[in-house]
Amino acid sequence: MNKILTSSVEWIDARFPLTKLWNEHLAQYYAPKNFNVWYYFGSLALLMLVLQMITGIFLAVNYKPDAALAFGSVEYIMRDVDYGWLIRYMHSTGASFFFIVVYLHMFRALLYGSYRKPRELLWIIGMFIYLSLMAESFLGYLLPWGQMSYWGAQVIISLFGAIPLVGEDLSTWIRGDYVISDVTLNRFFAYHVVLVPIILLGLAAAHIMALHEVGSNNPDGVEIKKNKDVNGKPLDGIPFHPYYTVKDIVGVAVFLIFFSAVIFYAPELGGYFIEHNNFFPADPMKTPEHIAPLWYFTPFYAILRAVPDKLIGVILMGASIVVWFILPWLDRSPVKSIRYKGWIFKLALTLFVISFLGLCYLGMLAPTATRTAFAQLFSFIYFGFFLLMPWYSKIDKTKPVPERVTN
Amino acid sequence: MRKLFLKIALTLLLPGMVFAASGGVPLIQANNDIADQASLQAGAKLFVNYCMGCHSAQYVRFERVGRDLGLTEEELLENLMFTAKKVGETMTIAMDKDDGKKWFGVTPPDLSVIARARGTDWLYTYLLSFYLDSSRPWGVNNLVFKDVGMPHVLWERQGWQKPFYETVTDEDGNSHQVIKKLVVDKADEAKAEQYRKEMRDLVNFLEYIGEPAKLERRALGWKVILFLFIFLGFAYALKKEYWRDIH
Amino acid sequence: MSTADATSVGKANMTEGIDEKKRRFLIAATTVVGGVGVGFTAVPFIASMKPSARTQAAGAPVEVDISKMEYGQKMTIEWRGKPVWIVKRNKEHLAALPTLNSQLRDPNSDNTDQQPDYAKNPNRSIKPEYLVVIGICTHLGCSPSYVKEEDTHDLGSDWKGGFFCPCHGSFFDLAGRVFQGVPAPSNLVIPPYTYLSNTLIKVGADYQEGVA
Repeated sequence: MNKILTSSVEWIDARFPLTKLWNEHLAQYYAPKNFNVWYYFGSLALLMLVLQMITGIFLAVNYKPDAALAFGSVEYIMRDVDYGWLIRYMHSTGASFFFIVVYLHMFRALLYGSYRKPRELLWIIGMFIYLSLMAESFLGYLLPWGQMSYWGAQVIISLFGAIPLVGEDLSTWIRGDYVISDVTLNRFFAYHVVLVPIILLGLAAAHIMALHEVGSNNPDGVEIKKNKDVNGKPLDGIPFHPYYTVKDIVGVAVFLIFFSAVIFYAPELGGYFIEHNNFFPADPMKTPEHIAPLWYFTPFYAILRAVPDKLIGVILMGASIVVWFILPWLDRSPVKSIRYKGWIFKLALTLFVISFLGLCYLGMLAPTATRTAFAQLFSFIYFGFFLLMPWYSKIDKTKPVPERVTN
Repeated sequence: MRKLFLKIALTLLLPGMVFAASGGVPLIQANNDIADQASLQAGAKLFVNYCMGCHSAQYVRFERVGRDLGLTEEELLENLMFTAKKVGETMTIAMDKDDGKKWFGVTPPDLSVIARARGTDWLYTYLLSFYLDSSRPWGVNNLVFKDVGMPHVLWERQGWQKPFYETVTDEDGNSHQVIKKLVVDKADEAKAEQYRKEMRDLVNFLEYIGEPAKLERRALGWKVILFLFIFLGFAYALKKEYWRDIH
Repeated sequence: MSTADATSVGKANMTEGIDEKKRRFLIAATTVVGGVGVGFTAVPFIASMKPSARTQAAGAPVEVDISKMEYGQKMTIEWRGKPVWIVKRNKEHLAALPTLNSQLRDPNSDNTDQQPDYAKNPNRSIKPEYLVVIGICTHLGCSPSYVKEEDTHDLGSDWKGGFFCPCHGSFFDLAGRVFQGVPAPSNLVIPPYTYLSNTLIKVGADYQEGVA
């Protein structure tokens, strides 16, 4: 039996770099041995991508991208298709969990300086993945064709209208019509099912290739390639397979427990994952009292609304995402990891987290004078975290970084 | 004397019918249980008899209702299916959309997922909150849905309610009348408890048709999670064994 | 697919030896449980591809009233998107059937795929008079024409009535049995059906004894 296996592999290896890829990226890819809980989220993000694609295909089998039929086709899936309800909930819960995982994955980078040289490009590719994910979820949310789907899309696309000179034409070009309509729905379906998934797959592959080129960072921010043994293997490194494959499987199991708890017992999650208003079919004649995007967009929505001017609000909202791209060049600290940074960075990061969560919460609510004031405060802190970083990261008192990783 | 009468009337009133002076009607909890088949059956009967004249439930199949509520095909055909011939059909109605709009001001909406859109507590409060209002085309208004186009279809089960007003002065010093309580006719007081139960059953049915898979997913969920815990046990043991290598 | 690096790491870092047996057991156990999990997970996806409740409702049995049929008349109804013919045959039609046996591919309906067992008889029907058959040629799926004995045709002077498929020239007798020497390989398919009364046929449900 073993002989058949070995000779089959040899046959393939003569024609396709199977063993080479296996070794380079798994069995002989050395990763730092001190990964902690923050390091689960990369593999979990990959899991979510696969899950969304599989559940997405099975939904697309029954969904109708026609304004007259879309809402009904989702109910058809929920009621008439065997286990359609389960596939639908996996996909809707999956979208939110994908963002939870990705935000935690990005937070890890903030903690340990994973965006620092030589990982700037890795970080930028990751940011493009994040942008693509935002696009994908925005496109996907139009598809159920409920009130929130329709009006959320209407509001966001009309933001493009704020761009001087070309804005209105641009909005019309995106929609394919003068308002959100069946035309828009059909093309958003094509982008959501074909265009962006292909982009995401390509970016995910590039992301892993960029990572493997330089090797993973770790909680100490120590470059393990600096200390190698006689065989050229990093002293603080361990082969990804079997150690991290086996550890990531545990991570997947724990994750799936949380995932299943929501799918089976709280798929709407009180209206945060599936909004109540979206159970009203889209009505172009009736604007809901309160339009809000799903929770993963609300931080940016809150920043948009905090600004009294439409165009500047749009610009700042865009800037709040773009600023992440230049993070590798804003951080001037001599050390990578928060473990060896001083109190200033720790304070800044804490304030940033509070602001981000605050903006997220405020973005879900209808605006009032007080809430807008808070949103403005949080927006200042949010931008301050990034834009003041070249200054405070330099003056922050750091601790000496060890040569070898700690536990 | 009038004041005393009012006080007595108020204290005799059904609990929970007091409303805030400024908008925002507090909702009464429906406390329905979708695992209660008898309640669902009663609700289904009310639905087809009182609601389906104007409201369709176009995504709901009779056959599925029969299966989930423990009804035989004969019971379905006899009690729930008035115009539909086959149990595989959906709960559609004959009323034309445009006619509905003409008669009621707005097409009576399909109710398949109304419970997911508005919530059972809202629906329950809504069904309990119709009151006489001569300024409206159908002679009634509703506390949680101002100027609703729907007549009080269930009047023969509840009776008619009259609004009792009180004067309220707001921050700017303006005073206006708001409804403090709804009082049902003395002759209909005996129906009150039965009506509440019936509305609970009806709302229960609406919750069920909003998501027929709800009972199934709850039944399946704990098995999935249990299996995942078992898998986690093995996966963790495997991880620990390999990681003995690492120091 | 070697884990040679793992073994060397293990050996380098271990104070005791690696318990290979334990590792093999745990790998096997986790793989088995995981495999079962994957199997369970696949079930809803595969099941979702089955005909949905809506499709099943659309494909539900159809009732046909045959009380007004005349001899020689062919009625067409639709079941599961397919044409189903009901033909009322007289005594002469039925008597002629056995005489054709030598010209047919499968005179005794030995191919059990083509009819339910209650239609495996010389008339290929429950009641001799009424033929209930799916009107789709078993060659490549066209719908044959009904050609009565007395119609003008060029199928020969001893044509006793039956069906002729214009696409590639197959013909079938009044029991839907295929002739030899034609492209169609088998007899026309008899669908599941039953009698709800003497004048009401239900196509799409199997024969229930005791009614008619």
